[in-house]
Parts: sequence; C-alpha cells; structure tokens
Amino acid sequence: MRANAIPSMAASWRLPNIWDAVAFVCVIGALIAFGHVAKGTLVPIDAPGATEISLDPANLPSYALRTTLRMFAALAASLLFTFTYGTAAAKSRRAALVLVPVLDVLQSVPILGFLTFTVVFFMSLFPGKVLGLELAAIFAIFTSQAWNMAFSMYQSLRTVPADLQECATSFQLTGWQKFWRLEVPFAMPGLVWNTMMSMSGGWFFVVASEAVTVGDNNWKLPGIGSYVAVALEQSDIVAVFWAIMAMLLVILAYDQLLFRPLVAWSAEFRFETTAGATASDPWMLRLIRRTRILKMIGDAIGDAAVWFGGLPIAFQRKPSAQQAQPSRIVDAIYGVILAALVLLALRKAYDLASETLSWHDVGEASLLGLFTMVRVAVLMVVASLIWVPIGVWFGLRPVWARRAQPVAQFLAAFPANLLFPPFVLTIVYFHLSPDIWLTPLMVLGTQWYILFNVIAGAAAYPGDLQEVAKNFRIGGWLWWRTVIIPGIFPYYVTGAITASGGSWNAAIVAEVASWGDTKLHAHGLGAYIADATDKGDLPHVVLGVVVMSLFVVLFNRLLWRPMYAYAQRRFTLA
Amino acid sequence: MDTAVPTQPVLVDVSACRQAYHKDASADLVVLDDVNLTLREGEIVALLGRSGSGKSTLLRIVSGLLKPTSGAVTWRGAPVTGPTEGVAMVFQSFALFPWLTVQENVELGLEARGVPKSKREELSEQAIDMIGLGGFENAYPKELSGGMRQRVGLARALVVHPDLLLMDEPFSALDVLTAETLRTDLIDLWVDGKLPVKSVLMVTHNIEEAVLMCDRILVFSSNPGRVASELVVPFAHPRNRLDPAFRQMVDDIYALMTRRPAPEHKVAAAAAVSPLAMPLHRVGTNIMAGLMETLAGEPYNGRADLPALAGALQYEVDDLLPLGETLQMLGFALLEEGDITLADTGRRFVEADVDERKSLFTEAIRQHVPLVKMIRQVLDERWNHRASAVRFRDELEDHMSPEYAEDTLRTVIGWGRYAELFSYDEEAEQFSLEDIE
Repeated sequence: MRANAIPSMAASWRLPNIWDAVAFVCVIGALIAFGHVAKGTLVPIDAPGATEISLDPANLPSYALRTTLRMFAALAASLLFTFTYGTAAAKSRRAALVLVPVLDVLQSVPILGFLTFTVVFFMSLFPGKVLGLELAAIFAIFTSQAWNMAFSMYQSLRTVPADLQECATSFQLTGWQKFWRLEVPFAMPGLVWNTMMSMSGGWFFVVASEAVTVGDNNWKLPGIGSYVAVALEQSDIVAVFWAIMAMLLVILAYDQLLFRPLVAWSAEFRFETTAGATASDPWMLRLIRRTRILKMIGDAIGDAAVWFGGLPIAFQRKPSAQQAQPSRIVDAIYGVILAALVLLALRKAYDLASETLSWHDVGEASLLGLFTMVRVAVLMVVASLIWVPIGVWFGLRPVWARRAQPVAQFLAAFPANLLFPPFVLTIVYFHLSPDIWLTPLMVLGTQWYILFNVIAGAAAYPGDLQEVAKNFRIGGWLWWRTVIIPGIFPYYVTGAITASGGSWNAAIVAEVASWGDTKLHAHGLGAYIADATDKGDLPHVVLGVVVMSLFVVLFNRLLWRPMYAYAQRRFTLA
Repeated sequence: MDTAVPTQPVLVDVSACRQAYHKDASADLVVLDDVNLTLREGEIVALLGRSGSGKSTLLRIVSGLLKPTSGAVTWRGAPVTGPTEGVAMVFQSFALFPWLTVQENVELGLEARGVPKSKREELSEQAIDMIGLGGFENAYPKELSGGMRQRVGLARALVVHPDLLLMDEPFSALDVLTAETLRTDLIDLWVDGKLPVKSVLMVTHNIEEAVLMCDRILVFSSNPGRVASELVVPFAHPRNRLDPAFRQMVDDIYALMTRRPAPEHKVAAAAAVSPLAMPLHRVGTNIMAGLMETLAGEPYNGRADLPALAGALQYEVDDLLPLGETLQMLGFALLEEGDITLADTGRRFVEADVDERKSLFTEAIRQHVPLVKMIRQVLDERWNHRASAVRFRDELEDHMSPEYAEDTLRTVIGWGRYAELFSYDEEAEQFSLEDIE
C-alpha cells in the first residue's frame, strides 16, 4: 500500500492541485514537442540537419521523441486497419474467405526485407520531402503491428456472446451503435494486450527502418535507430551505450504512462472474470482518475466517445427477423473475380521470376533457408533449456513471479538490435566465427517471450496438484516429466511460437552485422535478403522473402500449430 | 465397531499445536490455537468445523505438508519434518493430473517410490478394481463425472497402502446422491477390512457425514481454531440416518456448534477489544430477508430446528450457520441449542414494506456493527464527506487475516449501500455521502 500513498492523498483534494500543475506542464510540453516534430517532417530532404545525425547525447531526447511519435503514428494506422479489416473479416462471409488466410500469410512475411522498396514508393509520393521517408518508416512499423491486432479483433468479434447480440438487436441498435457499444468493448481486453505486444515488436522495426540505404543514397531519419547506425559506422561504443539508456527510459515511460493504465482499464471489459487478474491499479490510472483536470479531460474524451459511438448511423436498413439467403449468383461472380486476381498475381510473379531468376537461385535460397532454420531450431532448444527451469522457479514462488514478470515483459519490448553492437564487438575482438556467434543475436529479443509465458504458466499452476506432488513425494525427473512440464506446456508453446516467429524476422538484421569497417557475415537466408536489399536487387529480395515466408508458414503449420492444438486438447486444466 | 481403541498403537500425535501467520508488526493471526490430537490405528476420525476453523490446516500439518508455528507433531513416535511416507491424501478438488490417464494417475505415487513397472500395474489394478473403476483405466479425468474422479483420487491414495488416509472434504464437491454412494462404498470396504489403511482422518463441515462415517468427532470452534469438544460415535456400522439416536446426535452437534463461546474466552477476547475486531460473514441482504421470511411462514412460524431447516433448504451447516449468526448479531433472530428463533425486529422486518425494511436494517447495523458506525462517523466529520477504503482495510487487517478483512469490508459495503448510509466508488476505493440524503 505504500506505493499508493501519494495518489490516495490526491484523492481528498477537490480543488486543482499540484498534480494538475504537473499534468498541465506535461500536456503543454507534449504539444510543443509534437508541433516541432510535425514541422520537421515537411522540411526538404536536402535541408541542412534534416537527415544529419549528431552523436551528441544532448540530441537524444529529441531523437527519442521522434522515434516514439513514429511508433504512435503507426499504432494509429494499425488501429484503423484493425477496426476495418478485422471487422470486415468477421462480418462478411465472402470477405472472410480471402481476408483471413491473407492475414495469416502476412503475419509470416518478413516485411523488413521490403524496406528499401517501400522507401522508394513513399519517396515518389512526396518527392524531396522528409515526409516520404517518415511514411516509409511508419509503414514498416505498421506492418509489424497490424496483423495480430486485426486477428485479435476478428477472433473477439466471432465470439461475442449470443445473448448480448440478441439484447443489442432487441434494443434496435444500429450496426454502428452495436459496434461501439458491444463489439469493441468486448474485444477491448484482447485488443489492448495485442497492442502492447505489437508495440514491443514495433520498436525493433522502428530502429531498423530509420536508417535506409537506397542505391547510393544513404538517408537517416532523426531517431534512436539512426543514432545507433551512425554510432556503428563511427565505432563509437559510448554513443551506443547512451542510445540504449535513452531507449530504456522511453520504454519504461510508455509502459508506465500508457500501457499499465490501459491494461488495467481494459480489464473492466473482461466478460468473465479469470482468477488472479486482480492486480492493483497502476499509479498512472489512479492519477488520471483522481487528478481533477486529468479526470475532466478523461471524462470529456469518454463523453465524446459515447456520443461518437451512439450516432444513429445505419449501414443497412433495420435488421429483419429472418436472415436473407446468400445469393448464389453473387457468390459465383465473387468467385470469378477472385480467380482472375489469383491468375493475374501468378502472371506477375512469373514475369518477374522468369526474367532474372533461375532454378539455381531458388535452390540457393532454399539451402540458405535450411541453414537459418537450423539456427532457429537450435536457438529454440537452447533458449527453452535455459528459460523453462528459470521460469518455473520464478513462477512457483508468487513473490518472485510478481517481480520477474514485468521485467521479462520489459525485456521483450526492448529492441534487441540496439544490443547488437556489444556482441559484434566481442566477435570481432576474439575473431569468432560469425556463422555460429551471430546466431544468438536472433534470439536476443525474442527469448523473453518464452520466459514470461513460462512464468505465467507456473504461477497459474494449481496449488492442489503441487500438494499432491509433495504428498506422494514426487521428485526429480519424474516431477518435471509428469507434474510441471505438462502443466506449463500450453503457455510454453504460446511463448515459443512468438519467439520463433520473431527470430526468423530478426535473421535479416542479425545474420549481417558491421562495426566500423568490419563486416560480419553469416550464411543464411536473412543475410541473403539483406545483401540483395543492399544491392537494390528486387527479384532476389522477393525470392528470399517468399522462401522465408514459406519456411515460416511450414514451421508454423507442421510444428507449432499441431503442438498448440495438442497442448490445448491434452494439457489444459479444468 | 469396538471402542477399545486406546489399546491400539498411536499413529499420529499432535500436541499444543499452534499455527499463526505473521503480519507485519501487528499481532499474529492465529489459525490454530493449542490443538491436541491423538490418532490410533483402527479408527476413523472427523475434524468437524466451519470454514476458517483451521481444520484443513491441521490436516496439512498432520500430513507434513505444513510445519506448525509451534507444537510437536509425531508420526509413530518420531517427529514429523516433511511429507510423511505412510500418509496419503484425498483432495476436495480431486487434484488429478489432467494429462495423465486414470491408471497413470493411480500409479503416480508408486512411481515416486520407485516401484518396478510390473508391480505397479498389479497394485494399481487391485486399487482400481476395489474402488469400482475397472474399465476406466485409459480414460482421462476430464472424461469422467465428479464421482468417478473422486474414485480415482481415492484409488491413487489407497494404492500406496498408506497407514493413514487423509481426506479433505472429499465429498463436498459432489452432488448429494453421488456423495452418499461414495460414503457407503468406503464404509463398506472399511467394515469388511478391505481398505488397505490403518486409520482415516477426514475434514468435513457436514455434520451428518461425520456421524455417519466416523468413530470419533473433534468439533472445532472458529477464529482462532480450537477443539471445542470431542465426541465418540457409539453406533455400529451400517448406520441408519433415520434412527432417533442418530438424529439426536446430529441435533446435539448442531447445538454445540451454535453455542456461544464459553465466558472465559469472551474475557480473553475483550482484552483486545476494538470496534474493528469483528469479522463479518459475506451474507447479503437478500438472503437474510429470504431466511426471515421463510422462518416467519409455515411450517416454522418463527422457530425452526437447524438440521431440519438445513435439510429443507438443501444447505450445509457451513451455509446456514453464518447466516443465522449474522441475523443473531443484528438482533433479527436468536440461535439456541440448535434452534433458530425469529426475534421481534425480525418479525417486523418481514411484515414491513421496502422503505420500512431499509430503515429497520439501517437501525440494526448502526447499532450492532461498529465498523458501519465508524465509517459513517468519519464521513460526517470530513468536510468533503469522502474517505478511502484502504484505511479501513488496513485497520481491519490488524485484527484479522486479509481474506477476512476483505470479506468484512465487502459485506459492510453491501449493507451500507442497501441501508443508504453511504455510497462506495469501486474505482477510487472511496466511501462517500454522494447521492445520500
């Protein structure tokens, strides 16, 4: 209770108080900073300072701010995408036929490989302006955030309880009203959680996408990612350290200021109460609820949202009692259009491939894919061997689990590419083999998913089963085999799926690394894509990305999905 | 059964056992206080009491899962330091591993002892057949009904041929008919000498179950848990629930459990007197009104025998006693010798309309619940008429366990809202006088 002392004191003051003053200054500061950044994006790209990076740590706060704002711009786009794409997929049978599998594939495509080409595209939209580069970076982040958010929305919309649906219909809510009053609130807990996960993934991309090379041009958007890129070029380890510190602070800030309150707030929308989800309110939420001005702002936003959601917009006439039979003719037309699109896409792909690619290229890419797959598999095994016992140890001790869980989540959010330089430096210094020693970098940022899922699983392990184990004095390997591992397995698989997917993506930045003039190069599909991107060789990038997507999809379909289904079927409690 | 048990060897001896949870700097929260128990071979003993009387804690102390704060526990004369080999436990929640089949679950204890596979299969088959699970060997727990699951729990405990079988409310998660079948099956095996155990110690809050199955009953009083009395059940198996002597014993135990604490305890408690040292049961206003209406109506006409009332309402003693005690505390009813009698205020409450009921209830809680009085007083004194609930919870926790404090606070919030004495903002965790005239 000690930690809550300040907000509960704030509770008894009704006049504007010190917290109002603090809040006021913060809001003004945020507005000024935002304006500053917005102005920067319209500057011509060649203007002095527009794409210059200085390694002076004094610049880091403004770099950090711009990086963060990119994140949130992408987040806004992702939310828009989620509400439209996810809803369309859930509401329309015909749309779902295409949208759902497309989303599934998009989740597995390493968009990082396309970065160069999206930059060219957005630059051509705003010739000579920084805005084009900004949009390209935001798009890259968007592609790392949007898919799982849309999926979460889709799944929530599919599972809205029938009685609530009927209730909404009987009150004659329009489609719009029903969406905001019932469906969005119902989807909220899952959506907030996935948004948080997306943010974690996004940091990785924002750092990777700020410094872009297209042909001979080398642009660097002001931001932490560019700062690190320059530090690498100039072999400045102190600057790298400063960047890591800045990033730590930024992530800590948005985690405390935004996501903790959001997650706690979204718990109100939880349809069924799951045990153990009653963490005390984060201090920021208390502050918002108890500070007069913040509360007024919050209430105003709430009122606006209520008004917005209550608009009597109807997309179709009043829902009729009987469902109309789906028209076979429309189905047929729809099918023909789809078939035409698929043929067109095949034709385009064939054209691109036949001009420059040979079967030899395909074979090479596949072989390199195998190398990377071996890396990912080995990493998963090693990371599991390390983190499962540690996670179980923490999870079975409630006090430690409470302490370790946020740390693990925090580490998962930290963009691991910022941590690459010290590793690279070590490899260079000891003349280690890049093929082996670059590998751990792939799992650097993603291993934490295994850890915090295992902690969650062990923490949720039923006390009575633990007592049985003690009562029958089950110990050693028998305990691991029959008591604990099956109990945490569903959680472990969830974490491992995320970790393995992330590692594939990370291969593109982890299999090639540089320090000053030294280039480290491992054999693998990630390096293949990175090299092709450097050369601006579109066909080979496409080939590499397609092969990698195939590997990821197959990995998921043949290994993780069956494992997850088995875990769900056999190992879930209750 | 023969009552010459004292000649049998002693299995477990618990003496001067005390279990307390230490909370910060404040006084210890005592769960068990000065409990003595001697268990010999050849008897079934029940620990009977309400929830929170520490009986499950005592069971865990006997099994070696929990180390008492003070006091000595011996197993066949040797001090208990960890889980004891000769003890097997059956859980209220069954506690079966969902990823193991019936057979694997049953074999688990044998596997832990390093029994070779062929021997394991032989023993588990015996246990499975004995307990009536034959044919279900390959089923997973989730495929079984509650009754079948508890049979697996029993088989798992019995397969290791423990000297002592511990059962923690083994039948309370089952429906009435299933529970009865399991009880009689178990007793039949015991009487025929087929049960591979020397003694059984079971925790229950079902009085009839204790009288039906056990040779000896230790009745616990709550807060802190003490052995209030010890009874020997003199009937031979099979016992008949409708036998007048059986009914009389059940009635007597009800009377025992509703009896007010002996004066000496009261004096001891008064030493630490505080308006907040009074835990409240989580009893809502609707259920109180419902019970008063039932009591006022036919056939009770204001007075009911608790066992009969419990039977008619399908309540267990654990549901009914807190309710009756709450009514008594508020002056609406009187508990005496296993009977509950509606008091005058209770009768007036039943006859009143909604507003009058509220004012009667307001009167009652202001008069009898110091915490309510205190909250209202603080709110009246504050210029903004607001007060944080955290403060009251902290003060409650100085006198009771966090769970009791939470229950008490929740109850007071519900009552205060019904009485319109104060309102409560869940998000801000604040009491206030908003919307209260």
